[in-house]
Amino acid sequence: MDNGNNIIEIQDLTKKFGQITAVDSISFNVYKGEIFGFLGPNGAGKTTTINMLCTLMTPSGGRATVDGYDTLKQPRKVQQIIGLVFQDPTLDDYLTAEQNLRFHAYAYGVPKNVREKRLDQLLELVELSDRRKSKVSTYSGGMKRRLEIARGLLHHPQILFLDEPTLGLDPQTRYYVWEHIHALRKQEDLTIFMTTHYMDEAENCDRIAVIDQGKIVALDTPDNLKDSLGGDVVILEAEDSQKAILELEEKYNLSPQFQDNTITFSVPRGETFLPEFMRSFQSKLISINVHRPTLDDVFLKLTGRAIRDQEADSWTQFRRMMPH
Amino acid sequence: MESVLRATWVIAYRDLLRFIQDRPRLFGSFAMPLLFLIIFGAGFNRIIGSLAPGVDFIQFMYPGIIAMTVLMSSLMSGLSIVWDREFGFLREVLVAPLSRTGIVLGKVTGNGVIAIGQGLIMLALAPIIGVKIDFILVLKLIPLLLVVSVSLSGLGILMASRMRSQQGFQVLMQIIIMPLIFLSGVFFPVNNVPVWLEVVSKFNPLTYGVDAIRQVFFSGDMSVIASAAGDSGYVFGVTVFGHTMGIIEDALVMAVLGIILLSLAIWSFSRQE
Repeated sequence: MDNGNNIIEIQDLTKKFGQITAVDSISFNVYKGEIFGFLGPNGAGKTTTINMLCTLMTPSGGRATVDGYDTLKQPRKVQQIIGLVFQDPTLDDYLTAEQNLRFHAYAYGVPKNVREKRLDQLLELVELSDRRKSKVSTYSGGMKRRLEIARGLLHHPQILFLDEPTLGLDPQTRYYVWEHIHALRKQEDLTIFMTTHYMDEAENCDRIAVIDQGKIVALDTPDNLKDSLGGDVVILEAEDSQKAILELEEKYNLSPQFQDNTITFSVPRGETFLPEFMRSFQSKLISINVHRPTLDDVFLKLTGRAIRDQEADSWTQFRRMMPH
Repeated sequence: MESVLRATWVIAYRDLLRFIQDRPRLFGSFAMPLLFLIIFGAGFNRIIGSLAPGVDFIQFMYPGIIAMTVLMSSLMSGLSIVWDREFGFLREVLVAPLSRTGIVLGKVTGNGVIAIGQGLIMLALAPIIGVKIDFILVLKLIPLLLVVSVSLSGLGILMASRMRSQQGFQVLMQIIIMPLIFLSGVFFPVNNVPVWLEVVSKFNPLTYGVDAIRQVFFSGDMSVIASAAGDSGYVFGVTVFGHTMGIIEDALVMAVLGIILLSLAIWSFSRQE
């Protein structure tokens, strides 16, 4: 691994809240120019990690550097070169889009001669030019998110952190947000560090780190992660699950996982395995599904649990319902 | 240093911009002081009559009401922090390359401007109440309002730096505002009350702010007015260990207290996560 190519280096980073260890001694690097996905269920430690990287939280142990700057010792340097889009809106609703962007430009010391041009250009990019003089309180959730992305880029950051950039957005808006992210990466020389728990979105990443209960359980490209499962994924429902599991384990030497009355396992070639299994299995089967592995399967394999669109905690939900 | 200055002005800029757009707040700070002035004035003025030669109850209360306007306005700096935290904007501020000290100073500056402005707007009532004001008085008043505003903004931010919810902050504010106002000599002179009340009042920082502003209106030496009032001792003014405080001394007490509160506020705000 070429060290000059790392824009983020994380070593034994730990965060404890009292007795609870939210992030447990994680270490990894992020390369310059990649889209790096940070994947895991709610409460796995994704946001806590981002908060430490962007200097909002003090690590309990370990260290992280962003473009060579220590997040603890040189926070202002780190802040200057990162852009952030949080899960929850961080705009001032009482101000217009323009005013929000100008505040940001002043705060980051964007030179005057660059400022207005950059502002026009970014509003154009996120397609909000015609609403630039409207108060943010009149914006929809998707518009707010787009405005935040524009704001996060205003000061020419080298890294853009996106914390669940599409959470709570409808599928169409999600699609547009992704369009913007890809467009951006082409236009700006940007590294993107994002968290998500939507598996289909993680496919957009160059590399993915899977985090579970504060630990990194895998880090690779989406394709490699899927290949690591070794072939096709089979999902079975049987009347007698115990019997099916026993047979799969003993006769075929597989390691099936059981959740919600379904049995999941991988075989090199599903289309030849299934006819043979159905012929030999003596009890009734309810349903069978075979597919190429997805990241969902990877996650299930790694953690023994399915990742799903878990309910956001009640406070975040309440916040989203509030008409602010 | 550059980072402190930039933070100060950018935060002050935003708070002022926000203030202009926020109609209710434009008037909010006036409501309580005006209410007290009108109701207490109408209710007590005839019974109490003149407190000193040429000074009736409304005229006595009026400088204190200006201090109270500044108090209400200054504590809002704390509320705006809690508000920003609750609605997310504080994160945008905290991840920006801005010094935390500068952020606090920006809040204080923005609020100082608003508080002084609101305090001065209250001067419009002077002719109705029958208090004479001139340009020199306004010039003397501005630095005093500034000192009062800075120290009370410090208190507001200190209270807000760890508060998570607006409700919590509002409750805390109510608990603090009432005693702060009633025990500050706005409504009665603090030298002529039972000992326990006198002691508590003299520990109240606002007492010295009210006294200094009142002295500006009654041009100077309280002890002269006081001794003219009769042999019952000092009626006006604040006497600490037998010494009647002058304007400069009052301002110094407020300033020292302001520096302490502000330092604590900066310390507490900088340590939050």
